[in-house]
Amino acid sequence: MGTFIVRRILVALSVALTISIVSFMLLHLSGDLAASIAGPEATAEQVEQIRIDYGLDRPIVNQYLEWLGHALQFDFGRSYYYQSTVVDLIVDRMPITLTLGGLALALAVCIAIPLGVVAAIRRDTWVDRLALLFAVIGQAMPSFWFGLTLIVIFAVTLQWLPAAGSDGWQHFVLPAIALGYYATPAMMRLTRTGMLEVLESDYIRTARAKGLSARSVIFKHALRNAVIPVVALAAVELGFMLGGSVVIESVFSLNGLGQLAWDAISRNDYPVVQAVVLIIALFYIVLTLLADVANAALDPRIRTR
Amino acid sequence: MTISTSTTHEASAAEGARPATLGEIPLPAPAWSRLTRKVFGHRGLTIGLCLVLVAVAVALLAPVLAPHDPYYQDIANRMVPPVWHESGSWSHVLGTDKLGRDYLSRLLYGTRISLVIGLVAALISGVIGTTLGVLAGYFGGRVDAVISYIVTTRLAMPVVLVALALASLTGGSLFTVIVLLGLLLWDRFAVVSRSVTQQLRDSEYIHAARTLGCSLPYILLREVLPNITGALIVVITLEMAHAILLEATLSFLGMGVQPPLPSWGLMVAEGKAYMFFQPWVIAIPGIALFLLVLAINLLGDGLRDLNAPGGRS
Repeated sequence: MGTFIVRRILVALSVALTISIVSFMLLHLSGDLAASIAGPEATAEQVEQIRIDYGLDRPIVNQYLEWLGHALQFDFGRSYYYQSTVVDLIVDRMPITLTLGGLALALAVCIAIPLGVVAAIRRDTWVDRLALLFAVIGQAMPSFWFGLTLIVIFAVTLQWLPAAGSDGWQHFVLPAIALGYYATPAMMRLTRTGMLEVLESDYIRTARAKGLSARSVIFKHALRNAVIPVVALAAVELGFMLGGSVVIESVFSLNGLGQLAWDAISRNDYPVVQAVVLIIALFYIVLTLLADVANAALDPRIRTR
Repeated sequence: MTISTSTTHEASAAEGARPATLGEIPLPAPAWSRLTRKVFGHRGLTIGLCLVLVAVAVALLAPVLAPHDPYYQDIANRMVPPVWHESGSWSHVLGTDKLGRDYLSRLLYGTRISLVIGLVAALISGVIGTTLGVLAGYFGGRVDAVISYIVTTRLAMPVVLVALALASLTGGSLFTVIVLLGLLLWDRFAVVSRSVTQQLRDSEYIHAARTLGCSLPYILLREVLPNITGALIVVITLEMAHAILLEATLSFLGMGVQPPLPSWGLMVAEGKAYMFFQPWVIAIPGIALFLLVLAINLLGDGLRDLNAPGGRS
């Protein structure tokens, strides 16, 4: 178990490093940063001046190594647009995105797992078909459009919940639904197939043959085993939702990390873009790492692979 | 395996053994009728297939079907409501947008953008992902370790953010969005083709081909590739749907396809300011997007069921 964890942590660290290199290179090579910052009306001299002022004239490897050296000390430089450091901006906006992601995940898990279990137990009945329909609709719904539709229905027509802002819990209800629905179908399907597989296994037959109650068989014996891969998927989905929250935050005008990234992208505020991409990737890496370790702890077969 | 792919198995095994004398073994006649029965017996697959065919027909026939020029701005007739609305009229069945452009015509032409983006992006990512996956699965060992590492790294990158940033830097256009999505969405192709190739690697007909001294490209292209296409077609549909949704998202956020092109995501973005009083301006392109993605997903799910050993899952 110890070597497994150490090996996974080493891989996670090198993935994080690779991502920092790739995103740095992508940002610096896919366009002329100095020209983007200067804007379309700038003269060639102004662009050159910006190139020198921002240190963009030096070799890209030097720029990256300098950036990395600072980043390792949690210094991501200063924003080109705001009068503050990138770290301050991120710390300021992070709670909103984490709240949104956490609520969305909780919502998705609370719907997906019971629905998946019921669909598996009542296989091929109307309950199962309804669950499948729910999943199929969720997978095809563009999240930005679902969010706008929720606003039109619940904020404008019914006036139950606010449409924008982040002052109280009410502001997080609609965004969490919009983001959470996106993560629900995959988890529901995985719970369902996992349950179906487990329910057909020998030890469940044994448990039934022993005369255990249906409730005990399903919840104590079957669900525990079926839910292991769902835990891993939930962690991955949370990572995806944090990355995808840029869309929902923009729809609901939530001032989180996603909105910060979008503003930074449209203002060519590259230190912020680079930092947010890395932070979101780090979240994903840590979450998958935790999921792997939790999986290995729950299922000893994984460790030996 | 389905009837068709298992026949491919036998055919390639025979070809591998005696490539000169044995031609293609024709598919047995009853297999086709069994296949069609399977296709049409699966409700989701039938619905998905029909809707996709409708979308393709609409995309091809858009100039014939569209009642107006999708770019013509009739300034006198702005924000005309759809025909079912009390002040709607048959001259603009789905109404007009804020510039007086016919909504139905824009919607019909928008099918072209979504389908082209989905298809080309899925093809680009398919080539990248399948190449990586087949190499990793076939060689294993160090090659597999390196490619798996690349896939892990790609999965940890937040796609929406990276796509937004790169689209903004390269100055979003139809072409750059297609290329960007193609370069970003290959992970599932790699994962699936790797695991399927791993299962094939030690099969008898691959051994036979190797023993006969067939070249490596021949084995990979003629023996491995035909036998993983079943799994790949499912991934293609899912990634098409994924690419279409992502393009709409990028365009909605203003970093994708640029105006005046009738991208559905862009239509939602342009209608956003009017959605409180004229909700149809976002409902119509949104529903079109939803139906197209739904259809492609249903098609993919259905094909996966046909591919699964037990038929339906």
